[in-house]
Amino acid sequence: MGGAKRPPQSGLGQWFGVLPFFVFSGLFLIAPTLVLAYRSFESLEGGLTLTNYRELTTELVLGAYGMSIRISLTTALLGGLIGFFLAWAVSLGGLPRPFRSITTTFSGVASNFAGVPLAAAFIFTLGRVGLVTALFKLLGLDLYAEGFSLYSYLGLTLVYLYFQIPLMVLVILPALDGLKRDWREAAENLGATPGQYWRHVALPVLLPSILGTMILLFGNSFGAHATAYALTGGMFNLATLLIGQQISGDVLHNPGLGYAVAMGMVIIMGLSILIYSILQRRSERWLG
Amino acid sequence: MSGGFLSLEGVRKEFGGTVAVDTFNLEVAAGEFVSFLGPSGCGKTTTLRMVAGFEPPSSGTIRLAGKDVTFAKPNERNIGMVFQSYALFPNMTVGRNVGFGLKVRGRPKDEIASRVREMLELIQMQHLEKRYPYQLSGGQQQRVALARALAIRPQVLLLDEPLSALDAKIRVELRSEIRRIQRELQITTVYVTHDQEEALSISDRIVVMSAGRMEQVGAPFEIYNYPKSAFVASFVGTLNQLRCQVVDPAGGKLSLEGQTLLSNSPVSAAAGQQVLAMLRPEELHFGAADGENRLDGEVLSVVFLGGVVRVQVGIGSSVLTLDALNERRLKLPKVGDRQTVSFPPHACWVMAGI
Amino acid sequence: MTISTAPAPLAAEAPVTAAPPRGNRLGSWLIFVMVALYFLVPLAATFYWSLRAEKGVLSFEAYRRLFADTNFLPAFTESIVNAVIAIFLSLLIIVPTAYWVTLRLPWLRPVVEFISLLPFVVPAVVLVFALIRLYSRPPLLLTATYGSSRVVLVCAYAALSFPYMFRSVDNGLRAMDVRSLTEAAQGLGANWATILVEVIFPNLRVALLSGALLTFAIVIGELTIALFMAQHTLGPYMANLTRAKVYEPSAMAVVAFAITWAAMGMIAYISRERKGT
Repeated sequence: MGGAKRPPQSGLGQWFGVLPFFVFSGLFLIAPTLVLAYRSFESLEGGLTLTNYRELTTELVLGAYGMSIRISLTTALLGGLIGFFLAWAVSLGGLPRPFRSITTTFSGVASNFAGVPLAAAFIFTLGRVGLVTALFKLLGLDLYAEGFSLYSYLGLTLVYLYFQIPLMVLVILPALDGLKRDWREAAENLGATPGQYWRHVALPVLLPSILGTMILLFGNSFGAHATAYALTGGMFNLATLLIGQQISGDVLHNPGLGYAVAMGMVIIMGLSILIYSILQRRSERWLG
Repeated sequence: MSGGFLSLEGVRKEFGGTVAVDTFNLEVAAGEFVSFLGPSGCGKTTTLRMVAGFEPPSSGTIRLAGKDVTFAKPNERNIGMVFQSYALFPNMTVGRNVGFGLKVRGRPKDEIASRVREMLELIQMQHLEKRYPYQLSGGQQQRVALARALAIRPQVLLLDEPLSALDAKIRVELRSEIRRIQRELQITTVYVTHDQEEALSISDRIVVMSAGRMEQVGAPFEIYNYPKSAFVASFVGTLNQLRCQVVDPAGGKLSLEGQTLLSNSPVSAAAGQQVLAMLRPEELHFGAADGENRLDGEVLSVVFLGGVVRVQVGIGSSVLTLDALNERRLKLPKVGDRQTVSFPPHACWVMAGI
Repeated sequence: MTISTAPAPLAAEAPVTAAPPRGNRLGSWLIFVMVALYFLVPLAATFYWSLRAEKGVLSFEAYRRLFADTNFLPAFTESIVNAVIAIFLSLLIIVPTAYWVTLRLPWLRPVVEFISLLPFVVPAVVLVFALIRLYSRPPLLLTATYGSSRVVLVCAYAALSFPYMFRSVDNGLRAMDVRSLTEAAQGLGANWATILVEVIFPNLRVALLSGALLTFAIVIGELTIALFMAQHTLGPYMANLTRAKVYEPSAMAVVAFAITWAAMGMIAYISRERKGT
């Protein structure tokens, strides 16, 4: 029957469709990373060494990583919790139906709002002459005199939550949808109170998803550069800003160390994505 | 009638403007197995959910062992329910699923353990106690769901189309097993299904429902052979409905395409009027027989179903379906053959009010 | 660039659940209102500031100054051009890849998915670092001129869009049951070019648009890579503005928000429209 031409079944022809993808990724994702990895083992003289990685323990680098980890942990936990409760509120919490689509659309916007606009918005809100700062002053509370600063661990956390919470909402909503109504009814039927249902069935089933997404949030915060740069002008001790400073050639005189710092970030990000994927697969098995 | 173990009095459910269930009255005796049978949307599941407590009735009363439970919460009714989708908790093993009801009641650990073992023995799955639901087949999951519902020693067992998601063969096996367990435990049971063979084979009584209303309540034999409405007659089993003219009302004599036949009793219509004569395919046989009605027609189709041969015979513009039990020496009629069909008068009845 | 998410195109309708007891609803409202405040106050503050450029009056002076700035329009246009090219590049690469992996090379899927996740593992600041180092020495010297650096930039953007584009297209292919459609078309005698053009692409319209809009939102305001590659796009322009001027940044933030909202809103709209089919 017919001269239906199919895409080549075997041999080299079958690679035709995916070749551009591999070439492109190779050129712009894989090769750069490999080069970075290789050069991170390069010493100033030109041989291979581990000293760059050992020098990661300088006060400067440790401080930057430490701050990044602090902020990332905080925003992952807080963003995760708040995001979860918001997602619960608009799906199972009994709010009117339109609230859900409003929330998802806004979450899509807010999670993409990061960078200069977000930093600017918060400067206008909680900066030294920001609107809310002024409002607080009217009420008798001088935030900046009390030691608060937007350009601090606390300030950055506050700003980062603006895209962390939406990310949590968007990822956890499908998981909440996956909670079958039948489970709640079966539990009720067997005599469980709503609290018991959540404790024994719903939360355990959701846990891989919640944990996994929090880890995703951690990675998201750890690798964030633009917002922090826009907010602090690159002058804050953060891992991503530190790398940025090396690109401009400022801070470190040992390029190999610079690459090692960057590779350190890649390892941490890679680990977080890996754990997230594993937990996602587990939750998919239960929530389908 | 004295109140049954489970009684529904005047139960009615409205959603917005639509009536989902209209004035449902039923007394279920202790230990009885009742099925709600009907097509999708007839209100059978809604009624079941009202008994379970997931939907409050718009009006009416539901009583369990004399106590009014109409508005009691589902977790206060001590009713066991088996869902169509099994609804097993995915994060728990079979054993923990079955023991869940007892656990939330705060029963001591060893009591739970021995009850779980007892239930798993009942469904013959002791060796699968440590498995997770996703590792089980559909039939196995449903048995676990049954065990879980029974573990709490409920007063009533409710099943909502429990077998519709399973293969045909498993369905037949499992429905007998459900009936066996029910008999062994003597537990009052309400079973919802759209499969009439299922309902007929395992129920003590059947409630046939259509568009929210109860069409008929009775034992399977009664429902099948003495249907009270055209809907019940055609929904349960296959049915021949022949448009005949009344010849002699008192004698039950009818005429079909010029051939006369006798129905089972006097007809409540005037001579010359059109009526529908009902006839089950299995009551017809090939060839002529003494003392029986006889019709002549042409074979239109022959379908071999295995245990049964289904033949369609055209008589004028009417079509008669005949089911004959298969026999190895049977010579199947050919399409186009002339064929005589006969049946006793008592097999044919005229539905009152067409 | 932080991880951003697309609302899944052709997502399932939220299931209807029975109304929960009163107590829950109060809690839900409380949560919603408090979170809404957190999200809306900065926007309101920014908008308010953007109207205060003229002393004592509420006016759109800041916006006027913004659009009158000679640096604004070129930067904006350059970003848009970059975005459009990156989108086309990404589509051209991802669609055949997703199609091939689904139909012909399913065993390759884990590899492709892993690679498409690389932009998360190698965040923008690290990637630009690596790109500069790789392409600033012969024989791969690409950072010598502004134009050639721009090529690297756009290609980097396309690569960064892979996670979202691939997921979007993949979901779209899955939703249209591409295997059955392809086999049906082949059975009717179509060659594979016809299949791609007349069967696959039309049914992927929503997924493609969603991926494109999301990529657009990401690229338009991108800062990190553009900054370190010394490109004059909207991102660095906005960063400079924040340091140089007082009122214009607020107007710019409002404009940026409006653009992002328009892009996301369109995604939501076209996804919803599809469900009626």
